[in-house]
Amino acid sequence: MNKIKNLADLKKLQSEVQSKIKLREKGDHPDMLVQIKVSMATCGIASGAKETMAYLIEELEHQGIDALVTQTGCMGYCYAEPTIELTIPGQPPVVYGFVSKAKALEIIEKHIKLNQLVDGIIPVAYSTIDNH
Amino acid sequence: MKDLSLHILDIVQNSIRAQASLIGIGITESPGENQMIISITDNGSGMSTEQLQRAADPFYTSRTTRKVGLGLALFKQNAEMSGGSFRLESELGIGTKVTATFGLNHFDRPAMGDLTGVLLLLIGSSGETDYVFKHQTPSGVFELDTRELKQTLGNVPITHPEVRKFLKEMIRENLEQIKISE
Repeated sequence: MNKIKNLADLKKLQSEVQSKIKLREKGDHPDMLVQIKVSMATCGIASGAKETMAYLIEELEHQGIDALVTQTGCMGYCYAEPTIELTIPGQPPVVYGFVSKAKALEIIEKHIKLNQLVDGIIPVAYSTIDNH
Repeated sequence: MKDLSLHILDIVQNSIRAQASLIGIGITESPGENQMIISITDNGSGMSTEQLQRAADPFYTSRTTRKVGLGLALFKQNAEMSGGSFRLESELGIGTKVTATFGLNHFDRPAMGDLTGVLLLLIGSSGETDYVFKHQTPSGVFELDTRELKQTLGNVPITHPEVRKFLKEMIRENLEQIKISE
Protein backbone atom coordinates (compact mmCIF):
# COMPACT_ATOMS: atom_id res chain seq x y z
CA MET A 1 0.00 0.00 0.00
CA ASN A 2 1.24 3.47 -0.87
CA LYS A 3 2.19 5.81 1.90
CA ILE A 4 -0.41 8.43 2.65
CA LYS A 5 0.60 11.93 1.64
CA ASN A 6 1.44 14.36 4.42
CA LEU A 7 2.90 17.82 5.01
CA ALA A 8 6.46 16.60 4.42
CA ASP A 9 5.44 15.53 0.91
CA LEU A 10 3.84 18.93 0.39
CA LYS A 11 7.13 20.56 1.34
CA LYS A 12 8.88 18.51 -1.35
CA LEU A 13 6.30 19.56 -3.92
CA GLN A 14 6.67 23.16 -2.79
CA SER A 15 10.38 23.28 -3.66
CA GLU A 16 9.69 21.66 -7.04
CA VAL A 17 6.94 24.10 -7.91
CA GLN A 18 8.69 27.17 -6.56
CA SER A 19 11.25 27.33 -9.36
CA LYS A 20 8.53 27.24 -12.03
CA ILE A 21 6.43 29.85 -10.35
CA LYS A 22 8.70 32.78 -11.06
CA LEU A 23 7.69 32.48 -14.70
CA ARG A 24 4.07 33.25 -13.87
CA GLU A 25 3.96 37.01 -13.78
CA LYS A 26 0.27 37.66 -14.17
CA GLY A 27 -0.49 36.02 -10.85
CA ASP A 28 0.63 39.17 -9.03
CA HIS A 29 -1.85 41.31 -10.95
CA PRO A 30 -5.36 39.94 -10.54
CA ASP A 31 -6.72 42.85 -12.62
CA MET A 32 -5.00 41.41 -15.67
CA LEU A 33 -6.66 38.01 -15.24
CA VAL A 34 -9.98 36.66 -16.38
CA GLN A 35 -12.07 36.60 -13.20
CA ILE A 36 -15.01 34.33 -12.54
CA LYS A 37 -17.14 34.53 -9.43
CA VAL A 38 -19.45 31.59 -8.80
CA SER A 39 -22.51 32.36 -6.71
CA MET A 40 -22.22 29.96 -3.79
CA ALA A 41 -25.18 30.51 -1.45
CA THR A 42 -27.85 27.96 -0.48
CA CYS A 43 -29.69 28.49 -3.77
CA GLY A 44 -26.54 28.09 -5.85
CA ILE A 45 -25.22 25.07 -3.98
CA ALA A 46 -28.59 23.30 -4.20
CA SER A 47 -28.53 23.83 -7.98
CA GLY A 48 -25.03 22.45 -8.53
CA ALA A 49 -22.75 25.49 -8.15
CA LYS A 50 -20.06 23.30 -6.57
CA GLU A 51 -19.88 21.07 -9.67
CA THR A 52 -19.88 24.13 -11.94
CA MET A 53 -17.04 25.75 -10.00
CA ALA A 54 -14.95 22.57 -9.88
CA TYR A 55 -15.51 22.12 -13.63
CA LEU A 56 -14.50 25.71 -14.42
CA ILE A 57 -11.29 25.39 -12.40
CA GLU A 58 -10.38 22.09 -14.04
CA GLU A 59 -11.26 23.05 -17.60
CA LEU A 60 -9.46 26.42 -17.46
CA GLU A 61 -6.44 24.70 -15.98
CA HIS A 62 -6.65 21.95 -18.62
CA GLN A 63 -6.74 24.54 -21.43
CA GLY A 64 -3.93 26.55 -19.86
CA ILE A 65 -6.02 29.69 -19.41
CA ASP A 66 -4.86 31.84 -16.51
CA ALA A 67 -8.00 32.75 -14.60
CA LEU A 68 -9.11 33.49 -11.08
CA VAL A 69 -12.14 31.46 -10.04
CA THR A 70 -13.64 32.50 -6.71
CA GLN A 71 -16.94 32.16 -4.88
CA THR A 72 -19.38 34.87 -4.00
CA GLY A 73 -22.75 35.19 -2.28
CA CYS A 74 -26.26 35.19 -3.67
CA MET A 75 -26.74 37.79 -6.41
CA GLY A 76 -30.54 37.59 -6.16
CA TYR A 77 -30.98 35.45 -9.27
CA CYS A 78 -31.98 32.35 -7.29
CA TYR A 79 -34.28 31.20 -10.12
CA ALA A 80 -31.32 31.04 -12.49
CA GLU A 81 -28.73 29.24 -10.38
CA PRO A 82 -25.96 28.30 -10.81
CA THR A 83 -24.96 31.84 -11.77
CA ILE A 84 -21.48 33.17 -12.50
CA GLU A 85 -20.07 36.64 -12.96
CA LEU A 86 -17.41 36.80 -15.64
CA THR A 87 -15.00 39.71 -15.93
CA ILE A 88 -12.62 39.93 -18.88
CA PRO A 89 -9.83 42.43 -18.12
CA GLY A 90 -10.81 45.92 -19.26
CA GLN A 91 -14.47 45.02 -19.80
CA PRO A 92 -17.56 45.36 -17.61
CA PRO A 93 -18.62 42.17 -15.76
CA VAL A 94 -21.27 39.91 -17.27
CA VAL A 95 -23.59 37.62 -15.28
CA TYR A 96 -24.64 34.26 -16.74
CA GLY A 97 -27.48 32.14 -15.38
CA PHE A 98 -28.19 28.38 -15.52
CA VAL A 99 -24.48 27.60 -15.89
CA SER A 100 -24.30 23.84 -16.24
CA LYS A 101 -21.05 22.15 -17.26
CA ALA A 102 -22.07 22.38 -20.92
CA LYS A 103 -22.86 26.08 -20.56
CA ALA A 104 -19.60 26.64 -18.72
CA LEU A 105 -17.68 25.06 -21.60
CA GLU A 106 -19.56 27.23 -24.12
CA ILE A 107 -18.68 30.33 -22.09
CA ILE A 108 -15.00 29.33 -22.01
CA GLU A 109 -14.90 28.53 -25.73
CA LYS A 110 -16.80 31.58 -26.96
CA HIS A 111 -16.72 34.35 -24.38
CA ILE A 112 -13.32 33.84 -22.79
CA LYS A 113 -11.41 32.65 -25.84
CA LEU A 114 -13.16 34.52 -28.68
CA ASN A 115 -14.73 37.41 -26.72
CA GLN A 116 -18.21 36.63 -28.09
CA LEU A 117 -21.20 36.92 -25.78
CA VAL A 118 -23.18 33.74 -25.21
CA ASP A 119 -26.92 33.27 -24.54
CA GLY A 120 -27.90 33.13 -20.90
CA ILE A 121 -26.89 36.57 -19.70
CA ILE A 122 -29.01 37.98 -16.87
CA PRO A 123 -30.67 40.39 -16.54
CA VAL A 124 -31.62 39.48 -20.10
CA ALA A 125 -30.17 42.19 -22.29
CA TYR A 126 -28.75 40.06 -24.99
CA SER A 127 -29.75 37.05 -27.02
CA THR A 128 -28.62 35.83 -30.42
CA ILE A 129 -30.69 36.82 -33.44
CA ASP A 130 -31.64 33.19 -34.16
CA ASN A 131 -33.93 33.17 -31.17
CA HIS A 132 -36.23 35.94 -32.47
CA MET B 1 -29.39 20.03 -0.58
CA LYS B 2 -28.38 16.58 -1.77
CA ASP B 3 -25.82 15.61 0.82
CA LEU B 4 -24.07 16.58 4.04
CA SER B 5 -20.90 17.85 2.37
CA LEU B 6 -23.01 20.42 0.49
CA HIS B 7 -24.64 21.46 3.78
CA ILE B 8 -21.15 22.04 5.18
CA LEU B 9 -20.19 24.13 2.13
CA ASP B 10 -23.42 26.11 2.59
CA ILE B 11 -23.12 26.76 6.33
CA VAL B 12 -19.48 27.78 5.91
CA GLN B 13 -20.66 30.52 3.52
CA ASN B 14 -22.49 32.07 6.48
CA SER B 15 -19.20 32.24 8.37
CA ILE B 16 -17.44 33.77 5.37
CA ARG B 17 -20.18 36.39 5.15
CA ALA B 18 -19.74 37.10 8.86
CA GLN B 19 -16.12 37.96 7.96
CA ALA B 20 -14.60 35.13 9.94
CA SER B 21 -10.85 34.71 9.61
CA LEU B 22 -10.84 31.22 11.09
CA ILE B 23 -13.49 28.58 10.47
CA GLY B 24 -13.49 25.19 12.16
CA ILE B 25 -15.23 22.22 10.57
CA GLY B 26 -15.59 19.19 12.79
CA ILE B 27 -17.09 15.81 11.96
CA THR B 28 -17.25 13.12 14.62
CA GLU B 29 -18.62 9.67 13.92
CA SER B 30 -19.57 7.53 16.91
CA PRO B 31 -21.07 4.22 15.78
CA GLY B 32 -21.40 3.19 19.46
CA GLU B 33 -23.90 5.95 20.11
CA ASN B 34 -25.12 5.82 16.50
CA GLN B 35 -24.22 9.47 16.06
CA MET B 36 -22.58 11.71 13.53
CA ILE B 37 -21.91 15.20 14.82
CA ILE B 38 -21.09 18.01 12.41
CA SER B 39 -20.00 21.33 13.85
CA ILE B 40 -19.00 24.56 12.17
CA THR B 41 -17.34 27.16 14.39
CA ASP B 42 -16.24 30.63 13.35
CA ASN B 43 -14.76 33.80 14.81
CA GLY B 44 -16.98 36.04 12.68
CA SER B 45 -19.24 38.89 13.68
CA GLY B 46 -21.72 36.71 15.60
CA MET B 47 -25.43 37.31 16.03
CA SER B 48 -27.58 39.22 18.49
CA THR B 49 -30.03 37.27 20.65
CA GLU B 50 -32.88 38.31 18.35
CA GLN B 51 -31.04 37.23 15.21
CA LEU B 52 -30.02 33.97 16.87
CA GLN B 53 -33.64 33.13 17.70
CA ARG B 54 -34.73 33.67 14.12
CA ALA B 55 -31.66 32.34 12.30
CA ALA B 56 -33.10 28.87 11.65
CA ASP B 57 -36.41 30.36 10.48
CA PRO B 58 -36.58 29.83 6.69
CA PHE B 59 -38.27 33.20 6.27
CA TYR B 60 -35.52 35.10 8.02
CA THR B 61 -32.30 36.26 6.39
CA SER B 62 -29.83 39.10 6.79
CA ARG B 63 -29.50 39.32 3.03
CA THR B 64 -31.20 42.01 1.00
CA THR B 65 -31.00 40.16 -2.32
CA ARG B 66 -33.81 37.77 -1.37
CA LYS B 67 -36.36 37.25 1.36
CA VAL B 68 -35.73 33.67 2.39
CA GLY B 69 -32.76 32.05 4.14
CA LEU B 70 -32.96 28.28 3.90
CA GLY B 71 -29.42 27.18 4.74
CA LEU B 72 -29.70 26.65 8.49
CA ALA B 73 -33.38 25.67 8.23
CA LEU B 74 -32.63 22.80 5.82
CA PHE B 75 -29.63 21.66 7.86
CA LYS B 76 -31.74 21.60 11.02
CA GLN B 77 -34.56 19.75 9.29
CA ASN B 78 -32.22 17.05 7.98
CA ALA B 79 -30.62 16.59 11.41
CA GLU B 80 -33.97 16.26 13.15
CA MET B 81 -35.35 13.96 10.46
CA SER B 82 -32.54 11.51 11.16
CA GLY B 83 -33.36 11.37 14.86
CA GLY B 84 -30.75 13.96 15.75
CA SER B 85 -30.71 17.49 17.05
CA PHE B 86 -29.55 20.97 16.13
CA ARG B 87 -27.94 23.68 18.22
CA LEU B 88 -26.95 27.23 17.41
CA GLU B 89 -24.78 29.35 19.69
CA SER B 90 -23.56 32.84 18.94
CA GLU B 91 -22.20 35.91 20.56
CA LEU B 92 -21.79 39.33 18.96
CA GLY B 93 -18.15 40.06 18.23
CA ILE B 94 -17.04 36.56 19.26
CA GLY B 95 -18.42 34.17 16.68
CA THR B 96 -20.94 31.46 16.00
CA LYS B 97 -21.10 27.70 16.46
CA VAL B 98 -23.51 25.44 14.59
CA THR B 99 -23.81 21.86 15.83
CA ALA B 100 -25.94 19.29 14.06
CA THR B 101 -26.26 15.76 15.35
CA PHE B 102 -27.42 13.04 12.96
CA GLY B 103 -28.41 9.45 13.50
CA LEU B 104 -25.38 7.75 11.89
CA ASN B 105 -27.29 4.70 10.64
CA HIS B 106 -30.63 6.40 10.32
CA PHE B 107 -32.37 5.80 7.01
CA ASP B 108 -33.11 9.51 6.62
CA ARG B 109 -29.57 10.74 7.21
CA PRO B 110 -28.32 12.22 3.92
CA ALA B 111 -25.10 10.73 2.58
CA MET B 112 -21.81 12.55 3.20
CA GLY B 113 -21.24 13.08 -0.53
CA ASP B 114 -18.11 14.55 -2.05
CA LEU B 115 -16.41 15.83 1.11
CA THR B 116 -12.99 15.94 -0.61
CA GLY B 117 -14.39 18.18 -3.35
CA VAL B 118 -15.97 20.54 -0.83
CA LEU B 119 -12.80 20.85 1.24
CA LEU B 120 -10.79 21.43 -1.91
CA LEU B 121 -13.10 24.25 -3.00
CA LEU B 122 -12.93 25.90 0.40
CA ILE B 123 -9.16 25.56 0.64
CA GLY B 124 -8.76 26.85 -2.92
CA SER B 125 -10.66 30.04 -2.18
CA SER B 126 -9.28 30.58 1.31
CA GLY B 127 -7.71 33.96 0.59
CA GLU B 128 -7.98 35.58 3.98
CA THR B 129 -10.03 32.86 5.62
CA ASP B 130 -8.32 29.90 7.23
CA TYR B 131 -9.86 26.51 7.90
CA VAL B 132 -9.25 23.90 10.52
CA PHE B 133 -10.82 20.61 9.53
CA LYS B 134 -11.05 17.63 11.86
CA HIS B 135 -12.74 14.34 11.04
CA GLN B 136 -12.84 11.69 13.71
CA THR B 137 -13.94 8.08 13.34
CA PRO B 138 -13.20 4.95 15.42
CA SER B 139 -10.41 4.21 12.90
CA GLY B 140 -8.58 7.47 13.45
CA VAL B 141 -8.47 11.24 13.07
CA PHE B 142 -7.69 13.40 10.08
CA GLU B 143 -6.79 17.02 10.73
CA LEU B 144 -6.05 19.71 8.20
CA ASP B 145 -5.13 23.30 8.98
CA THR B 146 -4.83 25.76 6.07
CA ARG B 147 -2.47 27.91 8.16
CA GLU B 148 -0.05 24.97 8.24
CA LEU B 149 -0.52 24.37 4.53
CA LYS B 150 0.15 28.01 3.69
CA GLN B 151 3.23 28.05 5.93
CA THR B 152 4.60 24.95 4.23
CA LEU B 153 3.90 26.39 0.78
CA GLY B 154 5.60 29.72 1.41
CA ASN B 155 5.26 31.82 -1.73
CA VAL B 156 3.69 29.02 -3.77
CA PRO B 157 -0.03 29.81 -3.98
CA ILE B 158 -2.40 27.25 -2.50
CA THR B 159 -4.39 27.50 -5.75
CA HIS B 160 -1.49 26.29 -7.91
CA PRO B 161 -2.71 23.38 -10.09
CA GLU B 162 -0.05 20.98 -8.84
CA VAL B 163 -0.72 21.89 -5.22
CA ARG B 164 -4.45 21.41 -5.77
CA LYS B 165 -3.87 17.99 -7.30
CA PHE B 166 -1.65 17.02 -4.38
CA LEU B 167 -4.18 18.23 -1.78
CA LYS B 168 -6.99 16.36 -3.52
CA GLU B 169 -5.07 13.10 -3.23
CA MET B 170 -3.92 13.85 0.30
CA ILE B 171 -7.46 14.51 1.54
CA ARG B 172 -8.93 11.53 -0.28
CA GLU B 173 -6.28 9.13 1.02
CA ASN B 174 -6.57 10.35 4.58
CA LEU B 175 -10.37 10.14 4.60
CA GLU B 176 -10.14 6.62 3.19
CA GLN B 177 -7.62 5.71 5.87
CA ILE B 178 -9.98 6.64 8.71
CA LYS B 179 -12.87 4.90 6.91
CA ILE B 180 -15.41 7.71 6.93
CA SER B 181 -19.08 6.80 6.52
CA GLU B 182 -20.75 7.46 3.21
